[in-house]
Amino acid sequence: MKEGRPRSFYVLAIFFAAYVLFLYGPMIAIYILSFQGPQGGLTFPMNGVSTYWLAKLFQGTGIVDLGAAFRRSLLLGLVVMAVTVVLSVAAGMAFRRKFRAQSILFYSAIASLIVPSIITSLGISLEFRIVDDLIKAHWNENFETSMGLLTSGLGAHLTWTLPFGLLIMFAIFNRFDPRLEEAARDLGATPWQTFRHVVLPIILPSVIGIGLFGFTLSWDELARSSQAIGPVNTLPLDLQGLTTTVTKPDIYALGTVISAVSFAVITLALGTIHMLNKRQAAKGSDAGKGLV
Amino acid sequence: MDTSENILHQASPGLARGSDTARAAKAARLSPSFISWLQAGPMMLVFLAFFLIPLVFVVIVSFWDYNEYQLLPAFSGRGYTDTFEGCIAQLPDLCTIGKTYLKTLKLCFMVWAITLFIGFWVAYFLAFHVKSKTWQMGLSLLCTIPFWTSNVIRMIAWIPLLGRNGLVNSGLVKSRLIDQPVEWLLYSEFSVVLALVHLFTFFMVVPIFNSMIRIDKSLIEAAYDAGATGFQTLVNVVIPLAKPGIVIGSIFVITIVMGDFITIGVMGGQQIAAAGKIIETRLNALQFPAAAANAVILLAITFLIITMMSRIVDIRKEL
Repeated sequence: MKEGRPRSFYVLAIFFAAYVLFLYGPMIAIYILSFQGPQGGLTFPMNGVSTYWLAKLFQGTGIVDLGAAFRRSLLLGLVVMAVTVVLSVAAGMAFRRKFRAQSILFYSAIASLIVPSIITSLGISLEFRIVDDLIKAHWNENFETSMGLLTSGLGAHLTWTLPFGLLIMFAIFNRFDPRLEEAARDLGATPWQTFRHVVLPIILPSVIGIGLFGFTLSWDELARSSQAIGPVNTLPLDLQGLTTTVTKPDIYALGTVISAVSFAVITLALGTIHMLNKRQAAKGSDAGKGLV
Repeated sequence: MDTSENILHQASPGLARGSDTARAAKAARLSPSFISWLQAGPMMLVFLAFFLIPLVFVVIVSFWDYNEYQLLPAFSGRGYTDTFEGCIAQLPDLCTIGKTYLKTLKLCFMVWAITLFIGFWVAYFLAFHVKSKTWQMGLSLLCTIPFWTSNVIRMIAWIPLLGRNGLVNSGLVKSRLIDQPVEWLLYSEFSVVLALVHLFTFFMVVPIFNSMIRIDKSLIEAAYDAGATGFQTLVNVVIPLAKPGIVIGSIFVITIVMGDFITIGVMGGQQIAAAGKIIETRLNALQFPAAAANAVILLAITFLIITMMSRIVDIRKEL
């Protein structure tokens, strides 16, 4: 094993490269195709090069009001991100101690992750329908619906993002040295001060990771939104609707725009994480280095 | 651990000085279990309101009656009897619903086998062959990024490649391997499996990689020193130690594919019946109890598969 690389390395390296090509190849194809000329179709070869289809998207001449859907998805994604970060960090802290109902919360999170999305979505929609019926019967006959982006929609997305947030918190605290907190307490810090000045700065890069997960999972979410979003659609739902009707490259242009937002958020978050890590390495004390 | 924490909590008011005293005293008054509730409570409430109670509603509504316009909150088995209509009469032939579930299981098995194969070797390469931590991070990230972009886009990305006039067909025709474009590349079972593998191999790679990275390299060296061949090491050392990751990844992939209706819809050209599609079709027809009944059946099957798999490994212990 010591002398040079074994033959299996090269075989697996080629296998890995093929997998990466398989992952990215088709996506790159549609990014390229979205820059077709006005006469372009859904397949290669390209029929001219232009930003015609992207521009058409922003003029709002398409079948659906994509601008509004874009803003809705953005708003929902940001709210989901904020809620996911706060609730995951709080619950992650709780799991470091033993508490009753610990395993109930843990298994709820795991179940929420693996129960098929359509069932969760259906359940939320039934729940809100029954609430609507109750309101109509008892309080207000003209009541429309309590389903909406920030009620049923938010709840549906959280059932998808929170389990990921919690699992990432487990990973963080598996590597966390509690002696740093004990040291802070010995110096007279209150629990809140310990959290604010010791724990949070150390876990901050990973917390940004949770935010990144929360936003992009919500931004691209489809199955759970399908029944639970209420009267208005998110961007992925509009996109899915278009797959059955559209025969022009504007669907690729839309795909390119949605991906661009995802990539921008990923890049921004990774950049911030990298910066924080560098700062931690440069400015942080060497306490703990001798411990590991 | 717990007692030392209590002692520290009780001791802290005495240690803190000045304006902190009041706050510290207040913090000390909150019992640790109360703080835990405060921290974990909000997440529990979200799961209660948007996951556990909705699941209960699915089960309840599956036993309700319905007509063309609305739900009728009265006990009825109609959701189930409509689903299995004619199944007994048709025996020993399988009825539509039976065939649909069989087809879903078949798709599921194919996707599982392929994602496991790809996921295992990708994870193996990253864990054992990539030596530098930076490269390991970079390459893992490369595999993760597509997971963060829209599923629908990754599905429609196959159209320019697999369509009737797509790259694959025109390439094959030009190279004279075939003289007519092949029709089964797109909107077929083939394209459904391909898209599912494309979308969800990620869920195999990550847990298997996580298990493999924890394997002590000296165990593998020891196996070699004891004269094991590469294959023997793989079967007797690596695979048993990577088993938790394999099981977790399998659970993810199987549950996703069992419930999927979007990929099967888009890539199957809305022609392929599957368990998730039945629920969607019933919902579009506003037959909520029938949809709920199908959801309960799907849930039961999924639960059965997971229970069988988690017999092999304790998930809780592995996280």
